[in-house]
Formats: sequence, structure tokens, C-alpha cells
Amino acid sequence: MTETAPPLTSMTSAAVAGSPVDGLLATTTIVLSLVLAVWALVAAVRNRPPDRMQFAGLAVLELALLALAVVTLVALGGGERPGEPGAFFGYLVTLVCLPPLAWVLARMEPTRWGSAIVCAICLVTPVVAVRLQQTWEVVGG
Amino acid sequence: MVETRAPRQATNTGPGRLLIAVYLLFAIAATSRAGLQIATRFAEAPVAYLLSALAALIYIVAAVGLARAGHTGRRVALACCSVELAGVVGVGVLSLADPELFPDETVWSGFGSGYGYVPLVLPALGLLWLWRTRTR
Repeated sequence: MTETAPPLTSMTSAAVAGSPVDGLLATTTIVLSLVLAVWALVAAVRNRPPDRMQFAGLAVLELALLALAVVTLVALGGGERPGEPGAFFGYLVTLVCLPPLAWVLARMEPTRWGSAIVCAICLVTPVVAVRLQQTWEVVGG
Repeated sequence: MVETRAPRQATNTGPGRLLIAVYLLFAIAATSRAGLQIATRFAEAPVAYLLSALAALIYIVAAVGLARAGHTGRRVALACCSVELAGVVGVGVLSLADPELFPDETVWSGFGSGYGYVPLVLPALGLLWLWRTRTR
């Protein structure tokens, strides 16, 4: 908005430097999700139902993802645009819905399989997060 | 749930619930992908996109069938898992033999390689689970 660079340059620099989903916050959500997946996997292997740590982890993960969504909306308000808007918003909405889905299903299944569900969804979350980053950056891909 | 002499596990508890969770994830993934493809660029590859939509529908119905348990639910899930397995193998072979048939990726292209081959493993696990929980 403030820059007056040629269209091509501004588009490229915005796509590379200005990605709101490619910073410390996004990395945190990915790492947190993977740690939680390992924790839940250990619980599942040890025949343990989802414990308090898993639910707390899911809550923290959800807060981090909501923060990511807010940062993204602020960037959108600032005039930045994702490379593939349709896919980007699809992934963003899906991403925010994943921890609650894991929470509900884990509550319904107080056995080792509940932990396995938390593990599975926490393995999918980083994949969706990475796809989210790709759909912001790739222009016309 | 009526308790019988040799209680059987319903399809919607234990490992079945994990299966339903993964089916839900794929239902979401396939539905969003098909919806987006059909809405934005249907003319480019109508066959591939209609196939994505069909796959999405099957994932949803399979998840519902497993979740409903019961006799009908099992039959629905059985039909869906069978169609799915045939679909992922069939489309996998076709997409290798004649890539022009599917110019754009679908959930089932290359035996589900774009999704870590989960689309190939999932119906097999579904059938295995239905067999494990069968009535004798």
C-alpha cells in the first residue's frame, strides 16, 4: 500500500517477505503439533487414554492457530493477498478446526485409541500448515 | 446396544473411531479440493474434478456408515470401502497408463501418492476393520 515499486517487484517481495503464515508463530504451531503427536503416540503405545497433557496441548495449539489466523487477517486488512486465495482460506479454516475435532473425538474415546486420534490429527496439522504457507507464496501455481 | 453372549465391538468404537477420524479428515480434504476445483476451473479437467467430488462423497458416506454402526451402517461402509479400493487402484493404474485422462491431480491419482498413499491404505483398513467386527 505504501510502496510504489513496479507491480512485478512489489508482488514478488510481498509474496516472499510479507507472508504472515511463515514466521515464528507458524513454526511454533508446527513444532508444538509434532511434539503433541509424539506424546500422544507414546500414550497410545502404552495403552493410555488421552491425558490432561494432551488436552492442554490441544488447547495451546488451538490458541496458537487462532493467533496465526488473526495475524493473517491483519495482514489481509493491510492489503496483502495470498497467491491462491481459495485454497489458502480453505486450509486456514481447516487448520483452525483440527484441534477441536481432535478434542471432541478424544473425549468420546477414553481409550488408547483416543490418544491415537490425537496423534493422527496432530500429524495432519503440520501438513496443512505447510500447505497453507505454500498457497500464500505460490503465485499462479 | 443389546449385550449378546459374545459381545462384539461396534464399528464406531476403539480403532473404529480412529478410522472414522481419518475418514473425516479425507472427507474434508477431498470435499474442499473438489469444491474449489469445480468452482474455479471446471473446464480444465472435468473428469478429474468430478472424480474428486465422487471420492469426497464416498469418504463422507463411509464415515457416516462406520459411525452409525448397525447393520445398514456396516453395509454402507462395506460398499464405500470396496468402491474406494477399486477407485484408488483403478485410477492409479489409469493415471499411470494414460496421464492425459487425468490432466490434474485427484485424491486417487498415482494410488494416492499426493496424500502419502493414505487413500490406498484407508479402504484396506476399513475392510479389515469391518471383517474383524463381523457377526458370525
